Amino acid sequence: MSSIGTGYDLSVTTFSPDGRVFQIEYAAKAVDNSGTVIGIKCKDGIVMGVEKLVASKMMLAGSNRRIHSVHRHSGMAVAGLAADGRQIVARAKSEATSYERVYGEPIPVKELADRVASYVHLCTLYWWLRPFGCGVIIGGYDRDGPQLYMVEPSGIFMYFGTAIGKGRQAAKTEIEKLKLSELSCREGVIEVAKIIYGLHDEAKDKAFELEMSWVCEESNRQHQKVPDDLLEAAKAAAKAALEEMDAD
Amino acid sequence: MDLNLDAPHSMGTTIIGVTYDGGVVLGADSRTSTGMYVANRASDKITQLTDNVYLCRSGSAADTQIISDYVRYFLDQHTIQLGQPATVKVAANLIRLLSYQNKNMLQAGMIVGGWDKYVGGQIYSVPLGGTILQQPFSIGGSGSSYLYGFMDQSWKEGMSKDEAEKLVVKAVSLAIARDGASGGVVRTVTINSEGVERKFYPGDSLPLWHEELASVNSLLDLLPEPMST
Amino acid sequence: MRYPYVTGTSVIGIKYKDGILLAADMGGSYGSTLRYKSVERIKAIGKHSLLGASGEISDFQEILRYLDELILYDNMWDDDNSLGPKEVHNYLNRIMYNRRNKFNPLWNTLVLGGVKNGKKYLGMVSMIGVHFEDDHVATGFGNHLARPILRDEWREDLSFEEAVKLLEKCMCVCLLRDRSSINKFQIAKITEEGVTISQPYALKTNWELSAFKNPSKGAEGTW
Repeated sequence: MSSIGTGYDLSVTTFSPDGRVFQIEYAAKAVDNSGTVIGIKCKDGIVMGVEKLVASKMMLAGSNRRIHSVHRHSGMAVAGLAADGRQIVARAKSEATSYERVYGEPIPVKELADRVASYVHLCTLYWWLRPFGCGVIIGGYDRDGPQLYMVEPSGIFMYFGTAIGKGRQAAKTEIEKLKLSELSCREGVIEVAKIIYGLHDEAKDKAFELEMSWVCEESNRQHQKVPDDLLEAAKAAAKAALEEMDAD
Repeated sequence: MDLNLDAPHSMGTTIIGVTYDGGVVLGADSRTSTGMYVANRASDKITQLTDNVYLCRSGSAADTQIISDYVRYFLDQHTIQLGQPATVKVAANLIRLLSYQNKNMLQAGMIVGGWDKYVGGQIYSVPLGGTILQQPFSIGGSGSSYLYGFMDQSWKEGMSKDEAEKLVVKAVSLAIARDGASGGVVRTVTINSEGVERKFYPGDSLPLWHEELASVNSLLDLLPEPMST
Repeated sequence: MRYPYVTGTSVIGIKYKDGILLAADMGGSYGSTLRYKSVERIKAIGKHSLLGASGEISDFQEILRYLDELILYDNMWDDDNSLGPKEVHNYLNRIMYNRRNKFNPLWNTLVLGGVKNGKKYLGMVSMIGVHFEDDHVATGFGNHLARPILRDEWREDLSFEEAVKLLEKCMCVCLLRDRSSINKFQIAKITEEGVTISQPYALKTNWELSAFKNPSKGAEGTW
């Protein structure tokens, strides 16, 4: 960032002379250093996976979750500051419930993502607020089928598959190789696990825990943690694939 | 004689909604009364909420008009926000929301009917307290008390559009024949995947029921020969 | 103060060997008109509870919306913990009592049954917030018509078949003597295995009473 130190990077409400808002770019930095988060849209649903970096060996397995349920039919995976993520999740939950209270049916995933994006964007507009240091992937299943969105302080996007966090580039390259329109969620879980294990550098990176969720026909169009047996199978397949690569 | 002309405009009414194979038919009479006086003999009690959802109103005209105004406004907003038409369920739920939350102040019994691409034709009954119930067919208003038996007997699953329209006209005309608070013409609105079709049936085109007579221009027409002879 | 518009009549609940059974008819009365005949008045609440309601149907629907949201927020934690019947019963009581303190009660009597961790639970909440547990409960007319039968015939170790028969006997009596009842019921079961709500069905009725043929039999000269 060439303009660091020119004084235009301390305020979210001030543009730099070349038309940038540095605080938003710095917020993106916080996301880029986070463990990788992947979301893919398969033919029958959505699969999300997180490379959850474990800060301490004493941390309880399964704690500090980065994938959260929002309403019955959608979920949110967080990259970046987990605490900021929880704030977004809380807002998403209240938007989803208030929508159902008024209209008597579940919030469409697109509408949910739009509302979350508005909230995230709102926090970039006032001098007394700090932009969220996180990006979220929203996956859900509604009457128009499965949908996948990503929301960052810089905007909202709709995807077949996407990744954020440290290993996003490598992950996206791998996702592009998948035939998502033919892939089932059951297969998708394995693929996502393989990608996350594949881009994790055992020597350089901190230890991690694989956290995965899905919304598909098999989960009755409800957002749930991937069943334990399938998650274990996916981990095993990912490790096997790694060893195969090492052997080559 | 107590005309009670200061009474609020009340739609002592017959309203009805019927589902058929590919959609719904809504029906209503056209009489609005203030006490014993017919304040409007050509009312339209089947109000448009969106392109594909209509509302049959009974009870206080003022109350049901303000409810439908609000709900139409909310649905317009909602349609713009989502970028697609509101479903029948959403429309019915908004009607219910206002009915339920303001039940102490309202005198409004309504039937919501419409068509959407997800579920097809649907009828929702929203009576006085703000209960909401989806039904294959529904009747409401003061005239409906004369129709329970008739509808229970004659409504059939899987009717054609034509059969459903005929049933609605027959039902409303039966109610008009016995309920003083219902009268005028029979209005119908038919909603399906093709769109919306509105019709009305003038009083003299309705069937004649028990102890009703075919109308003539004058007694003179009935006499075998001029009385003057 | 308000008064109810669309109402449902008695709900009966009993404990039996494996869990709880609830029974209610599907009528929705509009004054003395039997306006609706397919109102589901027994609903599952989460994984471990069943709720039955008599009284104003719109208020029951509102209560269901509260509970749906409660259960939803509980489920979103996705932590393998879930609210049991005891918690739901207490929550319902808070709602009912809170509203009666605003002199604007939810016009219902509620029956809450459930099983969690091998413990059977059966309780009631009234529209003014009175609440209690019992082995068998009934709302409205059921209190007068069904409870006496239950006091005579209920046992802790009733089998499912015996329990259903007992409930059906109670519903039949209500059908004879409660004019807002209808012959279209649902019986719901909750056990450690989960919830099942039966399809709607009607019961055979007995018309062999001799007074039908001879109205003044046993009391000659009366009307």
